[in-house]
Amino acid sequence: MDNLFNRKFVIQGLMIIMALILLGKLFYIQVYTDKYFLQANSNALRKLYQFPARGVILDRNQKILAQNQPTYDLMVTPSLVKDIDTFELCKIIGIDTPAFHAKMKKAIVYSRYQASFFQKLLSVETYATLQEKMPQFKGFHVQKRTIRYYPDSVGAHFLGYVREVSQKDIDNHGGYYKPGDYIGKDGIEKQYEKELRGSKGITHMLYNVHNVPQGSYADGKMDSPAIAGTTLITTLDLELQKLGEQLLQNKSGAVVALEPSSGEVLAYVSSPGYDPNKMVGKEFGNNYPQISTSPYRLLNIRPIAGRYSPGSAFKPLDALLALQDAVVDQNTLINCPGYFKAGNRNFKCEHIDGNTNVRWALSRSCNTYFYSIFARMMTKNGNKNLKSTYEDWQNKVRKFGIGDTLGLDLPGEKAYKLFRRADYDKRFNNRWGWSTILSVSIGQGEIETTPLQMANIMAIIANRGYYFKPHAVKGVGKLGNIDPKYKVKHSAGVDERHYEPVINGMQDAVNTSTGTAIQSRIPNILMVGKTGTVQNNLGKNHSVFIGFAPRDNPKIAIAVIIENAGYGGTYAAPVASYMTEFYINRSIDPNRRIMGRTPAQFMEINLLPQLNTNWPKKVIKPNSQEQPADSLKSTPPPLNSPTASRQPLEKILAILPNSESYKKHANSK
Amino acid sequence: MQTANNQNRFFFNVDWISILIYVLLCGFGILNIYSVRFNADDATGFNFSAEYGKQLLFVISAIVMGLSILLFDAKFFRIFAPIIYGVTIILLMAVLVVGKNVGGNQAWIPLGSFRLQPSEFAKFGTALMLARYISTFNVKLNQVKPLLISAAIIALPMALIILQPDAGSMLVFLSLMFPLYREGMPGNLLLIFWGLVVIFILNLVLATWILILSIFSLGCLFAYFQRKKLQRVIRIAIICIAAIAYLFVAKYVFDNVLKPHQQTRIELILGLKTDNKSAGYNVNQSKIAIGAGQVFGRGFLEGTQTKYGYVPAQSTDFIYSTIGEEWGYIGSVSVIALYIFLLLRIVNMAERQRSVFSRVYGYSIACILFFHVFINIGMTIGIMPVIGIPLPFISYGGSSLWSFTILLFIFLKLDANRMGYI
Repeated sequence: MDNLFNRKFVIQGLMIIMALILLGKLFYIQVYTDKYFLQANSNALRKLYQFPARGVILDRNQKILAQNQPTYDLMVTPSLVKDIDTFELCKIIGIDTPAFHAKMKKAIVYSRYQASFFQKLLSVETYATLQEKMPQFKGFHVQKRTIRYYPDSVGAHFLGYVREVSQKDIDNHGGYYKPGDYIGKDGIEKQYEKELRGSKGITHMLYNVHNVPQGSYADGKMDSPAIAGTTLITTLDLELQKLGEQLLQNKSGAVVALEPSSGEVLAYVSSPGYDPNKMVGKEFGNNYPQISTSPYRLLNIRPIAGRYSPGSAFKPLDALLALQDAVVDQNTLINCPGYFKAGNRNFKCEHIDGNTNVRWALSRSCNTYFYSIFARMMTKNGNKNLKSTYEDWQNKVRKFGIGDTLGLDLPGEKAYKLFRRADYDKRFNNRWGWSTILSVSIGQGEIETTPLQMANIMAIIANRGYYFKPHAVKGVGKLGNIDPKYKVKHSAGVDERHYEPVINGMQDAVNTSTGTAIQSRIPNILMVGKTGTVQNNLGKNHSVFIGFAPRDNPKIAIAVIIENAGYGGTYAAPVASYMTEFYINRSIDPNRRIMGRTPAQFMEINLLPQLNTNWPKKVIKPNSQEQPADSLKSTPPPLNSPTASRQPLEKILAILPNSESYKKHANSK
Repeated sequence: MQTANNQNRFFFNVDWISILIYVLLCGFGILNIYSVRFNADDATGFNFSAEYGKQLLFVISAIVMGLSILLFDAKFFRIFAPIIYGVTIILLMAVLVVGKNVGGNQAWIPLGSFRLQPSEFAKFGTALMLARYISTFNVKLNQVKPLLISAAIIALPMALIILQPDAGSMLVFLSLMFPLYREGMPGNLLLIFWGLVVIFILNLVLATWILILSIFSLGCLFAYFQRKKLQRVIRIAIICIAAIAYLFVAKYVFDNVLKPHQQTRIELILGLKTDNKSAGYNVNQSKIAIGAGQVFGRGFLEGTQTKYGYVPAQSTDFIYSTIGEEWGYIGSVSVIALYIFLLLRIVNMAERQRSVFSRVYGYSIACILFFHVFINIGMTIGIMPVIGIPLPFISYGGSSLWSFTILLFIFLKLDANRMGYI
């Protein structure tokens, strides 16, 4: 043809170049980047979660401490809502029309096409009513989930509680939790959250552009079923715990009981407490503000966070260290004239005990003897070396688990002070001697412990020299695995032979007529113990008792503290006595009186400190015979008569467990 | 005997390879349209009222139509070209009066249960007319008058289509510029035209004063090198002034003549706007669908984006996103390869024609088809504006399929008769 023929190549070339541009861009979109692939999945692929039941928590005898009960959430999908009787629905779920519209608006803001919560945690009754009429309410559906239920309402502080996750929880747990999920917040529930929560089931569903589900993705190959939480077998003894909580009702204090041979926690009472069933589901919102702001600090976990000087309960340890140091032997006599003379100062003893050996000193709780052996221990290397001798001594005390946490598998364990040499140097500007710090020898001053630590000291003495770290869980699921650190024997550093004299003294304290806790003697069970009457700057002395039983082959070591109650023998020792009796015999004699009271009567005693705050403000009814609350501040509460003056506390007491007896009085008025 | 011989030669001469590619593309189209509407829960056998069923009927009727075209006398198309062109122009006028408005475009004439889209048929009408005029003895396209007449033949249907207004179909006719180029239109004209397009685009991307400054400095540079020849300096000055004037005209056209949605689409394509919600939604979803296919695709009937309605106009303008998602890069490349093979083949076949008429017509359909393929695929992957033109042979729709079939088969008939006189 002509030279125009070449133009064919121009046109064909153009076509090829343009095609290559398309292929290049396609290569980028389809092969080079997976940006679009991922976007496609977020377009159409949704993960739906199924919530597993939380693991059941059992006590050491396989009795249920915490289980699950079904509850129902009303969900709404705004785009599907059509011709519903708003009034009817409001009536059933108990809200008003403005609330209905507010909830609806919230749901629409969340998504028009996706279901969101409309009303959470409907009661079973509401659910039943609603279920009948559900077909009328197009766009609504009910979603089942479970919440906690505590059949015996015990162990609130031990178990902790479960609540909806906060944004902080969501951020802190690497994406496992989504808004609306629940998480354990304290106690076992928090510590063993991972085991208890199980794992959420995931279903991959495909959705079309209108958010209508189109079936499962890849035939469900990527889906995983919900796996229920693991059952936990705890070390707690449900019935012992229940008894402890009953004995401590209307009192402020704590009980910790351990099994000396294993370190297992048998009882873990913190009082005043709350009914754990008041902290589940819908109840949580109603009660949490009240519980968390109560002046009695109901959420305070006294067994591990309570800060108490051990007082006389420290004396057995003191004696053990003196025997180990050989500054005395079991026969050494020290004369008690009713005081201890240090330089030109006299330190008082409660009584005149005469010539005292270690056994007599412990049974009588003789201060003079313990001041004296402390002075001997401090000066054994001469006055010059006193400070380093003290440093050695306090290190030996630490071997008994004081001054640091014990590593209990529950959150919130506190370590309180035990002064080191440097601390004293700082406080007294380097000018101090054994007489300056003499109060430590009787467990007062710069030494503080938790009830758990006191119980652990008893476990050491019961074991004659060693302990296992206290722990709360003995089995996770069927495998029964526990942390191996709880299987390690820890030595307290005192030779076994020194324990017998000390145990003899403690035995006498409970079992001889001259002992400080003779009233709490248990028929047929040889309980060993020591009372304490702990001075504190909050008011009346704390009543303390520590002990173990039986003397040979001990089954239980126990520490009881009742705040601001007075003598250790009066209130703390009876609690220990009843609980020990119950643990060993599996029953208590309801007619056995201690200090003139049967167990039932003991339970009735109200020793809660009066609140000297302005809360609650209005307390007096004009024509009642009540005394003004203020006048009670000076008078201790009379026994066996929760008087009408405690009326203002009803609000708090109503949420305490086992407070029926109190309510009965309040109502009979 | 003579007749039989002719028949044999006829079948021998028809380019069966092109027909094979045509059938492959149509079949692949039905497959993908079926996939778009496929619902595993509702697989109730074949359904002729569904889109894939209708498309199957369209394809069958198109093949019948194509084969009947092969039975026509080749001379018929040359002789009747002006009449066909006239009829399509009348239809284009009629649609403005009696047409049915679908989606903002008054592009459809209702005929019973069918709707006729005259702009589709205007494509081959115009191509025939153009071929007829250029093949007229003594028409030389390097002269002004024949060029103007050719341009008028193309511009008339464009003007009528833009009144509908259907910018996409209108732009298709620009592809007829390439047959004119092949037949002798000066290459400079082509360059100037695309130069204007480039300046138009730059005008939107860059500030006007930058462009004026650049044109001015370029002009000065050229003028400096040509300073000895006064005439050339003057010519450069005129070109510069014209270019600057054009800037303002283009700006005016963009701001005042184009509809807001057209402006948005152009801006989106130039990256001046990012918008994944309204106008950009289609393209973004289409890219997501194609990207989701990756190398090997999700597999036939397994596409989630295309099946669950994320991509709009799925079976028509955006059918390529189904191909991309379900057949992956391999499928995408294969389809483009088939098209390019067919188009290069048509160009080669056009060059072997003895008659100018057949050659011009061949180039015309190659360029029209190419324009469709490039713009359509380009818009699904976001390198071309969304102007809503179908993918030849694959997109769902009777009018477009028949129109492309007629376009192609008329050429196949002309080619079969290439040794004869037309």
